[in-house]
Amino acid sequence: MVVLQDAQKTTATNPTVKPMIVTENATKKIVYDTRNLDLWYGEHHGLKDVNLEIYENEVTAIIGPSGCGKSTYLKTLNRMVELVPSVRTSGQIMYRERNILSKEYPVEELRTHVGMVFQKPNPFPKSIYDNIAYGPRIHGIRNKKVLDEIVEKSLRGAAIWDEVKDRLNQNAYGLSGGQQQRICIARCLAIEPDVILMDEPTSALDPISTLKVEELVQELKEQYSIVIVTHNMQQAARISNRTAFFLSGEVVEYDETDNIFQNPTDQRTEDYISGRFG
Amino acid sequence: MSVRERFDLDIQAVQNQMLELCNMSISALQRSYQALMEQDLDLALEIIEDDSELNHIEEEINDKVILLIAKQQPVATDLRRLMVITKAASDMERVGDYAVNIAKETIRIGKEPLIFPMTNFESMCQKAIQMLEGIVEAFVHEDTTKAKEIADLDDYVDDLYGATVELLIRKAGENPEAIKQITHLSFICRYLERSADHATNIAEHLFYLVKGRHYELNA
Repeated sequence: MVVLQDAQKTTATNPTVKPMIVTENATKKIVYDTRNLDLWYGEHHGLKDVNLEIYENEVTAIIGPSGCGKSTYLKTLNRMVELVPSVRTSGQIMYRERNILSKEYPVEELRTHVGMVFQKPNPFPKSIYDNIAYGPRIHGIRNKKVLDEIVEKSLRGAAIWDEVKDRLNQNAYGLSGGQQQRICIARCLAIEPDVILMDEPTSALDPISTLKVEELVQELKEQYSIVIVTHNMQQAARISNRTAFFLSGEVVEYDETDNIFQNPTDQRTEDYISGRFG
Repeated sequence: MSVRERFDLDIQAVQNQMLELCNMSISALQRSYQALMEQDLDLALEIIEDDSELNHIEEEINDKVILLIAKQQPVATDLRRLMVITKAASDMERVGDYAVNIAKETIRIGKEPLIFPMTNFESMCQKAIQMLEGIVEAFVHEDTTKAKEIADLDDYVDDLYGATVELLIRKAGENPEAIKQITHLSFICRYLERSADHATNIAEHLFYLVKGRHYELNA
C-alpha cells in the first residue's frame, strides 16, 4: 500500500513515478549471466543484444510468439544451437562465472551440468531402467547397485517411481505421453545436473499430465535451476519466479512473474500476455 | 474481428453496467435527501423498494466478472479492470444502501417538523454527490488527476460531519424532547459522510487500475 503524502501529491498522477519495490535479487545467486548476446542464422539476426540473469533455484520462463528467439536462446544455454551450421554468436553467456561461448569451454562438460527436456517426449527405444541408466553408464558407472540407486532416485525425483517401479524392464514406449515425459525428466536428473532446460515440455501432453509436470517443476526448483520455454501464458504465470518476454529476437521485458502478469511495464508485453497478438 | 474483440466488448459491457449502477445509486442518494427535506414519505418508500434492483445489478456484475475470469483467464490490465469493476460495484451498491437508510430514517422522523437548520446536511449531501458524480466521470476517462482531486474533497465532508455532530449534540442538550429526531438526523449525517468515503474508495480503485499499485488516498 502506498500512501500519498502532501509532498507526493504532484507526482501521484505521474505515470513514471512508481512505488518503491524491494526485490530479493541481491541475495540470489546467478547461474547464467547473459551479456550482450547476439546470434545470427546466416544473415538472419535471431537474437539481438540479449542481457539476462538467470537465478539459482528458480524457474525462469521464456515467453513470446513463434519465431521470437525463445527456443534459440534456450539452446544457446547448452550450446545445442551450434548444431546449426550457419550460426554465429557474439557476446558472452557466463555460466557459473565462465563464458560457455568461449571455444575453451568443453561442450561435453557443459552438458553434464545442463540437462534438457524437449517438446515431445523422446525416450530411447529401451527399457525404462536403461533409459535412466544411459547417462550414468556413459559417465562410466557400471556398478549395478549404484545404478539401481540412481534409477530409483531419479524416477522418484521425477514423481513417476510409483507408476513404473514394477515394470522397469518394460519398454519406455509403452508408457503414456505424460509418463514418457516424466521418464525424460528422470533421465535428465540421473546425470545430476545443475540446470534443467525445458522446451515447451507440456505442449504435447493432456491437461492432467501437464499439471503433473508443472507440480514436478515446482518441486525440482528446490534442487535445480530451471529455464522453461512455454507458449502457455497461464503455465508461465503458475510455475515461474521470473518471466522474460522475447519479441523479434529482443528481450522486451524481464521481471518477476507476478509483476509481468499483474502490471507489465511495456505495452507490447501487456498486449502479448493478454492475447492481443501472437 | 481482432484477436480478442469479443472479450474487449464483454469487458466494456460489464463496465458500462457498473457505471449504470453508479448513476442509479447517486440518483437514489439524491432522492433520499429530497425525501428528507420535503418529508415526502411516499418517495422514501419508493427508494426502499427500488433498492432490490441495485442489489440485483451488483449480483449480475459479479456473476459476469466471474464468468469472464473463468472463461478468458485475464491478466494484467484486463484482470485489474475486472477486479476494480466488482469493487466499485460493491461500493456503489453500498451507497444505494445508505440512500435506503436515509429513507428509513426519514420515515421514522415522519411529518414532525425538522427542528434543526439543515444547511450542513445540504452541503454534505451536495459534496458527496459531487464526489460520486466526479469519480464516475474520472473512471470513464481513467483520469487519476481528477480522482485525486475528488478524494481530497473528502476532508471537507469529514470536517462538516464532525461539526454537524457537535451541533446535534448541543441541540440535544438544549431540546431533550427532540432527542429522537436528533438521533435520526445523526444517523443520516453518518450515512452522507460514509457515501463520500465510497467515492474515495473508487478513486483508489481507479489508481490501482491505471497504475497497477495500491495507493491510499487521504491517509
